Amino acid sequence: MLFGVVDAATLPALLPQRFADWFASRGWAARTHQLEMVAKGRDGRHALLIAPTGGGKTLAGFLPSLIELSERPPANSPRGVHTLYISPLKALAVDVERNLMAPIREMGLDIVAESRTGDTGVSRKQRQKVRPPDILLTTPEQLALLCAWEGARGLFEDLHCVILDEIHTLWPTKRGDLLALDLARLQALAPHMRRVGLSATVDDPDLIRDWMSPTARAADVDLVRGPPGPAPVVDTLISEGRVPWAGHTAEHAMAEVYDIIKRHRTTLVFVNTRFQAEFAFQELWKLNDDDLPIALHHGSLAAEQRRRVEAAMARGELKAVVCTSTLDLGIDWGDVDLVIQLAAPKGAARMVQRIGRANHRLDEPSKALFVPANRFEMLECQAAIEAIAENALDSEQPRVGALDVLAQHVMGCACSEPFDLVALYDEVRAAVPYRDLRWEDYEEVVDFVSTGGYALKTYDRFRRIVKGPDGLWRARNADTVRRHRMNVGAIVSPATLNVRIAGRGGKGGRKIGEVEEGYLEVLDPGDTFIFAGMTWKLVGVTGTDVLVSPAPNANPKMPSWGGSKFAISTFLAARVRRMMSDEARWRVLPDDVREWLEAQRDRSVIPGPDEMLLETFPHGKRFYMVVYAFDGRHAHTTLAMLLTRRLDRLGIGPLGFVCNDYALAIWALKPMDRLDLDDLFAEDMLGDDLEAWMDESFMMKRSFKACALISGLIERRMPGAEKSGRQVTFSTDLIYDVLRRHQPDHLLLKCARADAATMTIDVARVGRLLQRVKGHIRHATLERLSPFAVPMFMEIGRERAPGGAAEMMLAEAAEDLIAEAMA
Amino acid sequence: MPFRASICGGLAMAVNGKEVVLKASGALAVTGSDALLVADLHFEKGSAYAMRGQLLPPYDTRETLARLEREVAACAPRLLVFLGDSFHDGAAEARLAPEDAARLAALALGRTLVWVVGNHDADGPRGLPGDVVDEMALDGLKLRHEPQPGSQPGEVAGHLHPAARIAGRGGRVRRRCFVTDGRRVVLPAFGAYAGGLNVKDPAFEPLFTTRPLAAALGADRVHPIGWKSLVND
Repeated sequence: MLFGVVDAATLPALLPQRFADWFASRGWAARTHQLEMVAKGRDGRHALLIAPTGGGKTLAGFLPSLIELSERPPANSPRGVHTLYISPLKALAVDVERNLMAPIREMGLDIVAESRTGDTGVSRKQRQKVRPPDILLTTPEQLALLCAWEGARGLFEDLHCVILDEIHTLWPTKRGDLLALDLARLQALAPHMRRVGLSATVDDPDLIRDWMSPTARAADVDLVRGPPGPAPVVDTLISEGRVPWAGHTAEHAMAEVYDIIKRHRTTLVFVNTRFQAEFAFQELWKLNDDDLPIALHHGSLAAEQRRRVEAAMARGELKAVVCTSTLDLGIDWGDVDLVIQLAAPKGAARMVQRIGRANHRLDEPSKALFVPANRFEMLECQAAIEAIAENALDSEQPRVGALDVLAQHVMGCACSEPFDLVALYDEVRAAVPYRDLRWEDYEEVVDFVSTGGYALKTYDRFRRIVKGPDGLWRARNADTVRRHRMNVGAIVSPATLNVRIAGRGGKGGRKIGEVEEGYLEVLDPGDTFIFAGMTWKLVGVTGTDVLVSPAPNANPKMPSWGGSKFAISTFLAARVRRMMSDEARWRVLPDDVREWLEAQRDRSVIPGPDEMLLETFPHGKRFYMVVYAFDGRHAHTTLAMLLTRRLDRLGIGPLGFVCNDYALAIWALKPMDRLDLDDLFAEDMLGDDLEAWMDESFMMKRSFKACALISGLIERRMPGAEKSGRQVTFSTDLIYDVLRRHQPDHLLLKCARADAATMTIDVARVGRLLQRVKGHIRHATLERLSPFAVPMFMEIGRERAPGGAAEMMLAEAAEDLIAEAMA
Repeated sequence: MPFRASICGGLAMAVNGKEVVLKASGALAVTGSDALLVADLHFEKGSAYAMRGQLLPPYDTRETLARLEREVAACAPRLLVFLGDSFHDGAAEARLAPEDAARLAALALGRTLVWVVGNHDADGPRGLPGDVVDEMALDGLKLRHEPQPGSQPGEVAGHLHPAARIAGRGGRVRRRCFVTDGRRVVLPAFGAYAGGLNVKDPAFEPLFTTRPLAAALGADRVHPIGWKSLVND
C-alpha cells in the first residue's frame, strides 16, 4: 500500500466503538474524508484536508486528537497542550470551542477544550498557563504571545497536533509569515508534532502543502479531499436588460435586488468598499416598505455594533446583511440561502469564498447572484462565472517571508528563552517562507532587533537583546519583554476616530460609531456623507472625535474613489481580455453590452488576446490617450504616474490622469498620436523615476509605518502620546524622512519598499504588464472618443488631481487669504 | 498685515514694527539686527527614546544640525539665538556624538550664540559655547521660550510647535508653521523629530485676540494661510 492511500473497506475499523456509537446515535455515518483524517492521525502523517463548508471539516480535523486523548492513560501531573487549533478569527475559535463540546460531552470524554483569544479573561488565561487544557483554540496573535512567554517550552513540549483552520486565507500574508515562524518554534519544542491544515476550495493545494510542511516538501503533507459538493449556481442580474455605462454602485438594480432579498430566507449582500456598503444599505432601506430586518456590516463600524449584527445573524433574525470583506470569513450561518455580489467580483477565489457562505448543507448547491454596476464589470462578472464553473481560480505566488515579521519573531524568541544565533537561523529556515533566508539578511535582522541596525553605532548601550557570557542572546530586561508583549501581531489597524453627534459648544455627544482615520479624508466640514446607514453633516474633527449632525434630507456626497480595495486579479483580467477578443463569446452577454462591443469594433479596435489597445484622440481643447491594460487599478495608477513623467519630459504637457481596474486615461496639452509607443512603454521606466516617486509617495510612508510597528521599531502606542494633555503629533513620517536621508539602505526601508511594490504600488505587476505588451501595443488613432473610452470620461472630474498636490493646495489656500482679507 | 515674498523663499513682514523674514526652514531672521532665531531644536530626542527601548534612527541631531548650518551659511548672522528646548532632556548634551558637538560648537565661531532656556533644557548647555539666558530683548522684540498669555507686543517664542492642517481638493496637508498676528510670533519647531500641535488647539487661544495667520512651511517657500482654510486634525 502506498503511503497516504487508505483502503476504503478498512476505514470503519478506524473508529473506536465509543465514536462509532456516537455517530450512530446522531444518525450519521462517518464520512470518508473524516475517516481518512483518522488514518492520517494514526500513521502520524501531516495532512491537508480540502472540503467545502458544511462537510464536517472541523470535526475531521479534531477526530484523531479526540481519539488519541480518549485512549490516553490518566496523568499524575499536569500535562502540556495536546492539540492546538489556530483560526484566523477569534469568533471562529470561540464557535469551534462550542461545537467541539458536543461530541466531548455526549461521549463523556475526559477532555478539556478551551479557547484563548484577546477577549479571554485574565484569570482564565493565567489558569491556562498553570494547567493547560488538552485542546487549546486560539489565533495566530495569541500563539505568538504564548511563544514569547518564558514558559512556552513547558506548555508546548507535549504537543501532538496543530490544526490550522481556513489555512488558505492565512498563508499568503504577514500573519501567515508570523504563524509559519511560530510553527517552526513549536516543531523545535515538540519534534513529533503533526500539522493538519483545513481549507475550502483552493486552486493549487501544493502551494499550501508546501507552506505548511515542516520540511519544505509538499510530499510530506498528505492531501485529503472531501466530496466536492454540488457546483454553485451563479447568475447575473441584468436589471431591465440594461447595464449602465459607468458607475460603481449598481443603483439602477436596487429595486430588483430588494425583491430578490424578499423572496429568499437570508441574503448576504457583498460589496467592495465601505462607502458602497453604506450606499446600498441606504438605498435598500428607502425601498423597504415591508420593514425587512436588513443590517449593515463593515470594518469602520464600532466593534460592538458589528458583534450585534453577527449575533442577530446567528439567531436567524435578519433577512439580509450588506457587508464588505469583513464577512468573507466567519462562523457558519445555516440560514443563508443567497449571496449577492453587488459590483464586480475582482477575483475568482474571493468569490468562491463568498459564495461558500451560502447554504452550508452539503447536498444543496450554493446560490449566488452577480450585479454588475457597469459594462466592463459585466465582462468581469461573466469571466468570473465561467472561471468558477471550470473550477479555475486565481493562483498565488509562493510566499517570501517579510523581514519585519522576522524581527518581531526574533525578539519574541529572546523573550521566551535565551537563543543561540546559529540554532535559531536553522529553526527559522524550517519555516517555508524563510527557507531561502540568507545569513547576511538574518544577521541584519538580529542586529536591527538588538541595536536598531544603524550604520551610526551609538545605541550599543541601549541594546534590546544582548549576548550573554554563555554565547546566548536574551532580552535586555523585564521592561523590554513587557514592551514586546504589548506589541505582538502582524495586523496593523489604522487609528480610529469616534463619530459623535455634535452637542452645544462644539462638544461631542452620543457616540454613533468609529471610523478609520482615512475614512473621511476627502470630506470637508459642511459636507454630507452616509455612515451607519444615516446621512450626516460633518461639523468638524476635534482630537479623536468626529463631530456630526443629522442631515436626513441632504443628498450625501459620494466619494469618488469608488473603486475596490482589491484590484482585479491578474487571472481574472486575463480571462476578461480573452473573452473580449473572441466575438463568438459575446453571445452570452446582454444586448446593450454586445452592442457596445460591436460599436467599439466598428469605430475603434477590439484588441486581440495578447494585444494592449491604446487610443489617442482629441476631445474639447485637450488631447487624450486611453490605455486598456486590464491590469488593475493599483498597477494602472503607478503606470499612469510614470507615463505622465515621461510625457512631461517629451514636452507633451500632461495635465492629469484617471485610472480604474480596466484602463487609464491621460490628457495633455499636445496630441500624442505620433509618439514612439515602444519607447514610451519601455521597461526601463521602472528605474530612477519610480525610485524617486516611490520615496516621496504617501503609500511608502504608510508601508513604512506598518513595518515600523510590526518590527518593533515603534510601539503601537505612538511615541509622542506622552501625557502632555495636548495632541502633539510625532508621526512616523518624520522618522521616515530622516532615515531615508541618512541610511537609505536600512532594513525597514527595504521592507517598506518591498511591501509597497507588491501591494499598493504593485510594481511587480507593472513590470509583468510592460513585458507582456512589448511589441503588442495596438494603437488606434481616432477622430473622437471611442465607446470604450466613455466610461473613463465619466470618471474624469470625479477623481482628484494627481501630482504635486500638496504644494498646490498650500498655494491655493494662500490665495483665499486675499478673499478673507477683503471680507 | 502686509507681507512680501523674500528672495530666499521666505516671507517678509513686520512683527511689532520690526522687520523680520519667516524662512521656509522654520527659522526667523531679524533683518535690522542681523540675527537668526530658531526654536525647539530638541537635539538627541532619538537617543532619549532609545534609552527607553525604542531605537529610533539616531540621525535626528545631525539632520537638524545640517538644516541649521545651511540656514546659518545662507544668512551669515551676527547673532544666533536658540529659543529653548534646544536639548530634548537634561542629559542630552552628554549623549551628543563628538562630531555633532563639534559642529554645534562651530556655529558659535565668529558670532554670538545665545541659548534661551526652555522647559526641556532648563539649565542650558554645560560644555558648549554661548550665553545662557532666560529671555532676552532685541530691538523691541522680546525673545523667550514659552509664549506668555495676554497681549505681549514684540514677543518671539517657541514651545508650542505650531502646525497647520489644510483641507483641499487633493486631500489634507499638515505642515509646521509660524503663527502671528503682526504683534507677536510663535516659531515652528526646528528639530527633525519635533512633533506639531495644531494651531486650532486651545493652547493658542490665550495668545491672540484677533485671528492670527498661519505661515506654513512649504518645500522652498512659506505659504500664508488664512484662518478659514485651517482645519483640525
